[in-house]
Amino acid sequence: MAEQDWKEDKKAFWAVSASPLLWTVLFFLLPMSFVWLYSFGSNVGLTEIEISGTLDNYKRATQWLYLSIFLKSFGVAAIVTVLCLIIGFPVAMALTFASEKWRPWLLLGIMLPFWTNLLIRTYALMIMLGSNGYANKAMGWLWDGASWIKTLVGLQPLPTWEPVQLLYNNLAVVLGLVYVHLPFMVLPLYSALDRLDKSLIEASLDLGAGHLRTLLKVVVPLAMPGVMAGVMITLIPALGAYLTPDLMGGTESQMIANVIERQFKRANDWPFGAALSFLLIYAMFILIALQGLRRKNGKEAH
Amino acid sequence: MALFNRTPRAPLEYTRTLWMRLWITSVLMFLYAPLLVLMIFSFNDSRRNVVWRGFTTKYYEKALNNDTLVEALINSLTIAALATVASLVLGAMAAIMLWRFRFRFKGVVDGTISLPIIVPEICLGVAMLIFFARINWPNDLIYPFNLGAITIAHITFCFPFVTMVVRSRLASFNKEEEEAAKDLGASNWQAFRDVLLPHMRPALVAGALLAFTLSLDDFVITFFTSGPDTITFPVKVYSMVRFSVTPEVNAASTLLIILTVVLTAIALRLQGAKNISVSH
Amino acid sequence: MSDKSPIIEIRNVSKRFGKVTAVDDVSLDIEPGEFFVLLGPSGCGKTTLLRMIAGFELPTEGQILIDGQDMAHVPPNRRPVNMVFQSYAVFPHMSVADNVAYGLKIAGVGRGEREERVREALELVKLGGFEARMPDQMSGGQRQRVALARSLVMRPKVLLLDEPLSALDAKLRAQMQFELADLQDQVGITFVTVTHDQDEALSMANRIGVMHKGDLAQLATPADLYEYPANRFVADFVGSVNIFEGTLSVDEPDRAAVDCPGVGKIFLNHGVTGPHGADVWVALRPEKIYLHVPGQGKAVTAAAQDAPDGHNFARGQITGMSYLGDITLYDIKLDGGETIRVSRPNLSRHDQDDFTWDDRVSMHWRADSPVVLLS
Repeated sequence: MAEQDWKEDKKAFWAVSASPLLWTVLFFLLPMSFVWLYSFGSNVGLTEIEISGTLDNYKRATQWLYLSIFLKSFGVAAIVTVLCLIIGFPVAMALTFASEKWRPWLLLGIMLPFWTNLLIRTYALMIMLGSNGYANKAMGWLWDGASWIKTLVGLQPLPTWEPVQLLYNNLAVVLGLVYVHLPFMVLPLYSALDRLDKSLIEASLDLGAGHLRTLLKVVVPLAMPGVMAGVMITLIPALGAYLTPDLMGGTESQMIANVIERQFKRANDWPFGAALSFLLIYAMFILIALQGLRRKNGKEAH
Repeated sequence: MALFNRTPRAPLEYTRTLWMRLWITSVLMFLYAPLLVLMIFSFNDSRRNVVWRGFTTKYYEKALNNDTLVEALINSLTIAALATVASLVLGAMAAIMLWRFRFRFKGVVDGTISLPIIVPEICLGVAMLIFFARINWPNDLIYPFNLGAITIAHITFCFPFVTMVVRSRLASFNKEEEEAAKDLGASNWQAFRDVLLPHMRPALVAGALLAFTLSLDDFVITFFTSGPDTITFPVKVYSMVRFSVTPEVNAASTLLIILTVVLTAIALRLQGAKNISVSH
Repeated sequence: MSDKSPIIEIRNVSKRFGKVTAVDDVSLDIEPGEFFVLLGPSGCGKTTLLRMIAGFELPTEGQILIDGQDMAHVPPNRRPVNMVFQSYAVFPHMSVADNVAYGLKIAGVGRGEREERVREALELVKLGGFEARMPDQMSGGQRQRVALARSLVMRPKVLLLDEPLSALDAKLRAQMQFELADLQDQVGITFVTVTHDQDEALSMANRIGVMHKGDLAQLATPADLYEYPANRFVADFVGSVNIFEGTLSVDEPDRAAVDCPGVGKIFLNHGVTGPHGADVWVALRPEKIYLHVPGQGKAVTAAAQDAPDGHNFARGQITGMSYLGDITLYDIKLDGGETIRVSRPNLSRHDQDDFTWDDRVSMHWRADSPVVLLS
C-alpha cells in the first residue's frame, strides 16, 4: 500500500508526529546523550563532573576485571538462551499441535507468568530454592528414597541428606533467568510454528521420513526465523539483567548490570558507569547487526 | 487431559504423546509451583515459609496497615494509569505516522522510536538518573506531581511497545475503507474517528494492557528515578526482600498476583485469548 | 468378481471428530490402475477419507486395506501411497531437485539412481531443467508439478491428490485436467483424487464416488452418474437439473408414468420398480428439453412419437433468459405452476433471437430423458 508523502498533508503529519517526536528527543535522546557525554568525563569534587573528552573510562572498562564480567554476562545469557530454547521448543510444539479446546488454556498458562510482576516471580523462586525450601525438600526426599532402595537390595544406605546451597550462586542466576525469560522464548517460537503449513510436515511423513527426521529437516529449518526472534528476545534482556543476579546471585555471580548499578548507587563514579552502559549498548547493537546480517544472507542464499 | 488415550493418536497430534504431556506438565509446574507456594504460605501462621502452622490472614492485615507499602502500591497504580494513557496516545500517534507517511530519514526515526525496547533497562535507568539530576528536577512536589519523573521514564519505555502493537494492527487496515468514508462525504477527522479508530481498537486495548503491565512491573528504571519519598510497589518489595524477608511480602505479592489475574481475565473478556496472544 | 483384487479396500469406515461425524460407515473398493475421484461439496468427508487412506487421520471404526494389507497400525511414512497436498506442501527451503529427491534419500536410494529418477520424474511433469530452482521462484502450476514429481518418483501403489487443481486459474485448470489424465495413463499408477468440482471429476475419472454428509451417495462411471443419478442430491450436485415432485401412477417393466401436478404427466420408456402410488421425484436435465413456437402442435406431435397422448409436453411463458454464448438458458413459468429451466444450443448465429422474454412457448422431451428418483 502506498504511503502518503508527508508534504501532501502537512497538517495531519505534524498533528500525529509532533508529540511522539518531541517526546523521543526530549526524554530519550537527550538523556542518552548525557550518558554518552558523561562517559568521556571525570569526577572533579564530590558532585561535579567535568566532561573533558578523556578516554580513561573506556580504558578502565577494558581491564580484565571488567572484561571478564562482560564475557561472563555473555556466557550466562547464552546458557540461559540455549536452556530456554531447549525447554521452550517442545512447549511451542505442544501449543501448536494441541487440540482447539486446550490450546487457549495452554497459551494462557504460558502467558500468565509473563504478566506477573518480575520481582514477585523472582522472590517466589527464591522461596522455593532457599536452604529450607521445597526444592531442597524434594531432593532430600528423593535421596532418602534412593537410600531406602539401596538398603532393600542389601547395600549400605546413603549418608544422611545435607541441604545444598541452591541460592546465591551462578546456578541460581541461570535458573532464575530461565524462569523469568521462558515465556519470552515460547511465544515467538509458537507464532513461527503456528504459521508453518502443517501439510509440509505431512508431506515429509508421506514421503517416508520419520518424526525426528521431519523435525530436523523440515520443522526446524522453517521455524528458523522464530527461533532467531526467540533467541534475540531472550538473549538481550538476559544480557542486561539486573534484578535476578542481584537477588539470587552470590558475590561471584554479578553481571554487567550490577557493576553499572554499583557505579551510580555506591561507588559514585558516574562517568565510569556511563562508559560501561554504552559498552553494553554497543554490544546489543553488534548482536542485532549480526542477526540482521544473518537474515540478509539467508535471503540471498534463496 | 486424560493420560491414557481412548482414541488412537493421529500422526500430527504430537501434544497427545506421553513425553510431550510430561514435558508440558513439568514446565507448567516449574512456572507455577513457586507462585502457588508463595500464595499458599501468605496464609501461613509462621514467620518462615517452610512449615504449615495454620491458617491466618494476619499478614494481610499487617500488609494493609503498613502505610509505606500501601502508599507504594497507590503510587505504582497512579504511575501505571498515567503512563498507560500517555503511552497510548503517543504510541498510537507514532504508529500512524510511521504507517501513513513517507518522509526523509524515516528509517532513522523508526529505529530511534523503537530503540527504548532494545536498550537495556539498566542503561535507560542510568540515563534517567543523570537526566533528572542534570536538569535539577524538583523532588519536593506534592502528590501526584512528585511522581512526575518516574512517570516520564515509564512513558519513554512504554510507548514504543504500544507503537509496535498498533502498527502491526494497522498493517491489516484496508485503505479503501477510509476512501469509501471520504467518498461518502466524511472529513479527514471523521474518517479517522469512524473508520480507522474502530479498526485500531483491539490493538489499543492490547497496547494499554501491555503498557500498564510494563509500568507496574518495572523495577530497574524506577529504582534509578525514584527519590526517598516516591517509592513504588516493586521498589518497596525489593527492599523488603533484600533486607528483611517477612510474610507481609507474601501477602502483598499475592494481592498483586490476584490483581494481574483479574486484569488478564478482563482483557480476555474484552477481546478473546487469541487476539491478546497475537499482539504480543 | 473381477480378476484383479482391489488395491484399496475401505470397509465400513467411520470417522468422528468429537460429536461431528465426518465419514459415516463408508465401504468402497478401488481397482488397480483406476483414476478414481471422490466428489462432493465441502464438508462432505471426502478429504477426511483421503487423509485416512494416507494415514494422517485414523478411522474411528472400520478398516482400510491397501494391496490386501490392513493399514490400522501402519504410520503414513510406511504406507505404499503418496499424496499431493492441496497447498502442494513443496518444501520452501529446498530446491526443486532436493524436494523431489527427499523421499528417495530417506529410502536409501543411491546417489546415481536417485539423480536419474529425479531427472525422469521432472521430465515426466515437464519440468526438465528446473532442478536448481527454489520453490518461491515458481508459479503455482509449476509448484504443483514439483509436488506431483515428488510423489511419483516414489513409485507409489496409489497416488492421492487432494483438490489438485483448486488453486489454479480456470485456463490452467482445464489444461491440467487433461495432463493429469494423460500422466495417469503413462505411469499406470492408481490415482485417487478429491474434488468439489464436477467438471473436473467428469473429465478425469474412470469412476466417481459422490459423497454427501459423510455418506457415499453414489458410485458410478461419469456417464452413469450424469445420466442415471441415484438420488436428488447427486442429480442436483452433478450438472444442473429440474426436479419435480409427483406420484408414480404407472410402473411396469417397460414403462412408467409420473403425475407431476405442477408440470403434467411424465412418461418413461422403462420401469422404475418403485411402489405404486408412491411420492417420487423426477429429474429432467435442461438440455434434454426441446422448445417450440406454440399453436402449431409441434410439441404434441413430437412428444407423441414415443409417449402416450398427453404426456411429456408442457406450455409456459418465458420469465428469464441468459445468453451464455454457446447456449442460452431460459426460465419458463409452466401453466401448471412450476418453473422449469431449459438450455438451448446456439447452433447458428441468431438462434438466441427465436425466443425472448414473455414469449409463450411449448416444449417436449423424449421418453428416455426423465429419471425417477426415489430419494
